[in-house]
Amino acid sequence: MSNKCDQPNMDRRKMIGGAIAATGAMTIAPGVILHAASVSDEASSGADAKHRWGMLIDSNKCADGCSACVDACNTEHGLKGHGRPATDAVWIRPVKLKDKQTGRENRLVMMCQHCEHPPCVDVCPTNASFKRVDGIVLVDRHRCIGCRYCMMACPYKARSFIHEALTEQSVNAPRGKGCVESCTLCVHRVDDGVMQTACQEACAEEGHAAILFGDLNDPNSEISKTLKSTNSVQIRADLELNTGVRYLNL
Amino acid sequence: MRSSLISNRSLLILLAALLAPAMQVFAESRFVTENSEAASLKSCVAPTDQMRRNHMDYLQHGRDDTVLDGIRGIDYSLSECIDCHASKNPQGQAVSVTDEGQFCQACHEYVAVSPACFQCHRTTPDTQAGAAKLGHHSGDSDPHEGLDIQLPAGIQRD
Repeated sequence: MSNKCDQPNMDRRKMIGGAIAATGAMTIAPGVILHAASVSDEASSGADAKHRWGMLIDSNKCADGCSACVDACNTEHGLKGHGRPATDAVWIRPVKLKDKQTGRENRLVMMCQHCEHPPCVDVCPTNASFKRVDGIVLVDRHRCIGCRYCMMACPYKARSFIHEALTEQSVNAPRGKGCVESCTLCVHRVDDGVMQTACQEACAEEGHAAILFGDLNDPNSEISKTLKSTNSVQIRADLELNTGVRYLNL
Repeated sequence: MRSSLISNRSLLILLAALLAPAMQVFAESRFVTENSEAASLKSCVAPTDQMRRNHMDYLQHGRDDTVLDGIRGIDYSLSECIDCHASKNPQGQAVSVTDEGQFCQACHEYVAVSPACFQCHRTTPDTQAGAAKLGHHSGDSDPHEGLDIQLPAGIQRD
């Protein structure tokens, strides 16, 4: 009875799943058709696994004293502070790094890094933290119980907890007291086919263009070409999370 | 004995006959708030009786599609419920659907349920810029058009 591998036999699972799917498709066919008919022509087709959305941030172009991206993010998602910096929701925040030996200063923006292997998803007890098929890491607030394990697990301090009851939220980001949240990579825009995040738009309008959003899986996308031709880094690459957000000139 | 049975039965038939029109009126009655977009439409995205009974299931199905799979512009979208059903006060400002006597609150209060939707979702239409991008059913097209739904007998759609 030697167990050569502690991983489940995926072929077996696939076969069983396939059998269930085959019988299911026949029996629930009317329901499936009903569901398809209920979705209007204008409905977007949803997340596609052939994409992996990511971002490239050029530290050299990130201007000192500028907060255009933060403001744009707050406006886009209806984030309002209560004047309590320790607990107010922050989806994107500027960080200044200083090399004490050389005195070189770097400025960058830090947000959810949309990891391929997100620790927040690993620790979530309710499966509220999840990664979409296109690589965007989100919180399903319908499932979140506000335990904040994910906040502990995130190496990037990217998540916020909502401490106050809210009203008049943005339809772009329904959010309420007792849930954890973080950068959604402007998922509402991505789903609508707008391939530009609010922060990228604001940064470009300011003339800095430090933020580049795009499809890491598409070799012809601007972000992929830049990643191929330049020396970008992942923050805490040693954790092997394969982040979707990368940095230049760090 | 026999005669009393007959009288009981005829009494029941009489009651049923009397109640039928009342039931019919009830079944076809609508509850929409004044000054809401819904008040100007003949029916919701599905027939009223279906919406009354099943809207929570439609919404739950839609929310999973949207949150987990990124499918937007679904017909059963909570934000569109609110866009359509929120009424306006005399000053022209939107009234929250969860205010006393408003569309969501009135019925939920009557059936004694307290759904958690509005802990996160806003209760008035979002008029901020950017919201329009999400509203796939923008102005010129009728959201109820092209839906393959069966209307109850006697109800006509525009």
